[in-house]
Amino acid sequence: MSAVVLDVRIETTINGEPRVAEDVWPGESLLYVLRERFGLYGSKNACEQGECGSCSVYLDGALVCACLVLGGQAGGRSVTTVEGVDADAVQKAFVEAGAVQCGFCTPGLVVAAHELLQRVPHPTDGEIREALAGNVCRCTGYGTIIAAVHMAAGR
Amino acid sequence: MEFLQPSTWAEALDMKAAHPETTPIAGGTDVMVELNLDHGRPASIMDLTRIKDLTEWGTDDGLLRIGAGVTYTRLIEELGDRLPGLAMASRTVGSPQIRNRGTVGGNLGTSSPAGDAHPPLLAADAQVEVHSKAGVRRIPVREFFTGPKKNAMLKDELIAAFLVAPAPGPQQFSKVGTRNAMVIAVCSFALELDPAHRRVGTGIGSAGPTPLRAVQAEEFIQGELEWENRRPPSDAAMGRFGELVAAAAKPIDDVRGSAAYRRHALAVMARRCLQWCWT
Amino acid sequence: MKVGESVRRPDAPPKVRGTFVYSSDLRAEGMLWGATVRSPHPHARIRSIDASEARAMPGVHAVLTHEDVPGKKVYGLEIADQPVLAFEFVRYWGEAVAVVAADHPEQARRAAGKVRVDYEVLPPVTRAEDGKVLRHVKIRHGDQSARADVVVKGEYEIGMQDQAPLGPESGLAIPDGEGGVDLHIATQWLHVDQQQLAGILGLPKEKVRLTMAGIGGAFGAREDLSMQAHACLLALKTGRPVKISYSRPESFVGHVHRHPGTLSYEHGANRDGTLVYVRARILLDGGAYASSSTAVIANATCFACGPYRVPNATIDGIVVYSNNPPCGAMRGFGSVQNCYAHEAQMDKLATALGMDPVELRIKNALETGDRAITGQAIDGPVPVAELLRRVRSFPLPLGEEGEGEGRELFLPGGVSNTTHGEGVKRGVGYAAGFKNIGYSEGFDDYSTARVRLFVHHGKPRVEVHTAAAEVGQGVALVQAQVAGSELGVTDVVVLNADTRVGSAGSSSASRQTYITGGAVKAASEAVCRRVLDLAESELHPGSELRIENDSIVDAGGKPMVSLATLLGDAVIEETREFRPRKTHHLDPDTGQSDAHMQFAFAAHRAVVDVDTELGLVKVVELATAQDVGKAINPLAVQGQLEGGAAQGLGLAVMEEIQVKDGVIKNASFTDYLLPTILDMPPVKMDILELGDPNSPYGLKGVGEPPTISSGPAIVAAIRAATGRAIDRVPVRPQDLTL
Repeated sequence: MSAVVLDVRIETTINGEPRVAEDVWPGESLLYVLRERFGLYGSKNACEQGECGSCSVYLDGALVCACLVLGGQAGGRSVTTVEGVDADAVQKAFVEAGAVQCGFCTPGLVVAAHELLQRVPHPTDGEIREALAGNVCRCTGYGTIIAAVHMAAGR
Repeated sequence: MEFLQPSTWAEALDMKAAHPETTPIAGGTDVMVELNLDHGRPASIMDLTRIKDLTEWGTDDGLLRIGAGVTYTRLIEELGDRLPGLAMASRTVGSPQIRNRGTVGGNLGTSSPAGDAHPPLLAADAQVEVHSKAGVRRIPVREFFTGPKKNAMLKDELIAAFLVAPAPGPQQFSKVGTRNAMVIAVCSFALELDPAHRRVGTGIGSAGPTPLRAVQAEEFIQGELEWENRRPPSDAAMGRFGELVAAAAKPIDDVRGSAAYRRHALAVMARRCLQWCWT
Repeated sequence: MKVGESVRRPDAPPKVRGTFVYSSDLRAEGMLWGATVRSPHPHARIRSIDASEARAMPGVHAVLTHEDVPGKKVYGLEIADQPVLAFEFVRYWGEAVAVVAADHPEQARRAAGKVRVDYEVLPPVTRAEDGKVLRHVKIRHGDQSARADVVVKGEYEIGMQDQAPLGPESGLAIPDGEGGVDLHIATQWLHVDQQQLAGILGLPKEKVRLTMAGIGGAFGAREDLSMQAHACLLALKTGRPVKISYSRPESFVGHVHRHPGTLSYEHGANRDGTLVYVRARILLDGGAYASSSTAVIANATCFACGPYRVPNATIDGIVVYSNNPPCGAMRGFGSVQNCYAHEAQMDKLATALGMDPVELRIKNALETGDRAITGQAIDGPVPVAELLRRVRSFPLPLGEEGEGEGRELFLPGGVSNTTHGEGVKRGVGYAAGFKNIGYSEGFDDYSTARVRLFVHHGKPRVEVHTAAAEVGQGVALVQAQVAGSELGVTDVVVLNADTRVGSAGSSSASRQTYITGGAVKAASEAVCRRVLDLAESELHPGSELRIENDSIVDAGGKPMVSLATLLGDAVIEETREFRPRKTHHLDPDTGQSDAHMQFAFAAHRAVVDVDTELGLVKVVELATAQDVGKAINPLAVQGQLEGGAAQGLGLAVMEEIQVKDGVIKNASFTDYLLPTILDMPPVKMDILELGDPNSPYGLKGVGEPPTISSGPAIVAAIRAATGRAIDRVPVRPQDLTL
């Protein structure tokens, strides 16, 4: 097998700012690029196969798992991470409702809940559950998360 | 590893001809797992998400022609009324995050027997349109899958689109998984009724080396259904239909379920889908 | 910030904004990435290891094998039997054989793939029945030949569950340039890691300093070492900071799991339902290395009969070595496996007697002063019957949670469109469980707290420093509440845990609030005493003083002087160790002993809908009642009850590490399924605060009981819905249909 070549350059917009990553290994995911190239560790690396939602970000306005986007695919696109998302109501509600324990799933849930409330300002329990089905939480049992989304919707 | 990023379809076909071993990537839901979890290292990767043509859909001689890069989310929103079966299947794909990225084109390219889009495409007798520098081929989905994660494409070909008729009648899709969301199919079943032609189409997922059709079940129930007076089929006919669907499967025991259970569940889903389509 | 208040977590704001730093988020200038070479065989002899090609690869700075371990080559929580890096043999699939450090993680992975290990493959021991006994715990309680009118028997099988904390095993080791190392790590017990690492690295403890990094859940998975020693070895070898962060598949082989087991039970009762005897054999597969298996089997055996009066018991608990993945601690710690068995038996017995299953349980429920099967008289509140009555008294849910549009989401199968109501039957089931809180069997259980009071920006501030691991459960906040309550100061800061303060013991056994809370209380009381002595010497008050709202007040609550004024530049600091009452070894022949410090009880009711034709399950509702003694932070207690129940649900209906011929077949979140938000139902809770006379504030450990009886209640409900005798968890669709 040939040596690992680090030769990709990625120019992208992260949280509204133009950013450039140089000498990227072509196999790096957007998640890795965000975390290790740009120091944005808010998007989490829990499964790296799209099964847990902990790395949820917006890519050109669409909610995606950053782990399933190849770094190079984000070139020329606009990425919004938990560090840059305007989700104050959701974030405060998560704190108040006790929806945070270890918190590893929380950044992804914040972004996913924000996306839901953009589409559906007053979601039902069913809509919340379907929208957040891709965000696994191992600590809370989810009840407080549903409460937090309702709380955020009420503001 | 080389990263290729064509911005036009013509460029993509040139690159594929020059790098036949390249792995195309669209939504990344398969390729990225391979990369992240070190299951394999392709010699090169070709990103298809810059190619605008792939994200468009339209009509072509009465058929819907849907670009390989149309996401599941868009299929549900934009085509759910015309392709209810495929939309139902799309809704069971992963999570919103996955449906925002994943594409039917990618599903076809991977050709996993568990691909959720495959059973409704089989039931609807869809076609896969593949391109190369040498030209265009339309391959019936029913001839597309040739083995586990293998298909009828040539090395220099890329999937441009799939073609499928707007639903000629009721369609259903049902999928068994061991949790209530975000689950890979233990097995799945799709059904289409075409009352005008008195035809029934089926598709079986995750219960054989490839997605399958239950041909004998289709033929049997086409004859049993009372298309004119719409009387419900007898319990015996429903039961036989289920048995024939189960018999068409070629399941194995694996971590997701046993072969015996898959056959059992297919029979149940086949009966239920028929009931839902008919009433 | 006082004991008993639902205070919000101070770490929640950075967590919701993505700025909280977890162990996988660490970086340092010049940092290298570690990767691990793992065994592809469950059992093999290592003939040779050739790392020359890997060492020569670009970007690679070190490749280490067992030969590079300077100190002890084996480690372990109870028995040092696990190699830091395998030598001579590999004993499980995925065992670490060599480690690599490189500039880029991909270079490290590729180099790991080029380490040539010549294996002589050996047949693995993969059936627990064939395994070498690691520990056999015997309980011989009462009449060993007791007979009863009604006898029920059963054999139950429990699958291997994974803790699956979302944060991967990860950390950063930074060499200090003087032969020592600083490790930033997510662990459940800093000091036991430090002790083991010092031995492995051949360094004095003060040269191996550990600082807690943010922990993405634990649940038992972080009790043993994973990448700690590897990162330190690589950092010391290369002189560079080294980060290791496991992938999810690697995590499945990087930590121990909940023991799978086979449990054979015989219950005998009088015709009126009074239990006469229980005979049981519990066989747990400990896998390749001991980890905490010896303590897990003790728990499984001591609590084998559940929270019931059993005058005569014959229990054999056996844990064995095999070549399966090593098993150890997971939330519930031995009391989960047995609860499935004893609760299934109670239901069977109720059927055989024609009794209501809840009434049978209430009739036999342990009460204060009763003797457990270990002979220990259980003191303090023992509200087993009350808990059962309470869960029964919650109104049952009527229909599905959702009605009309979207209703199908709440049917079995969820989003997958498997039923529109066909084949769906409802069932209700009950279960109760109990377990020990804190360490047992004479283990020296203690925690250390340093509490410091000083004036900061003109206001009194309390700093609390312990080594307690904040794994998400909220122990940092508990410490602040305890210090705030005891010292009457509003500004309380809990310092990050590290090894500059004494051991806190582990965040496990539901013990931290009790033990570290107790240590903080003791240190705070000592600081308080000194402050009041100072105040008395200066104020010469006529009555007793106390601290309230940052001031010294007299007996009538009248402020005498502000703390800030009283203290001036003074810093008052006290360090205390706290020990709960002593426990004792189990008698090796009879298992009779006061082996446990505290007991905690919970009961659950589950309501399920089962698609009886497809074997799919939707848990409709869980209801629970638990005595927590005193809820230090009610919001956090609710979080434990609900989250713990979700993990119980997972084992009941979906979570299983599938091992075939010693190889894990589903080491990923695609096929190891965790409950999603569509799987977990609403949880109704009744939290009792009955006050334990022996503990700080009367509290009881909270974290584990929710995980014990939740799953068995679900399985009971599935039995009720289907009429099938289910003797295995997780319950699979084929078990309900074929």
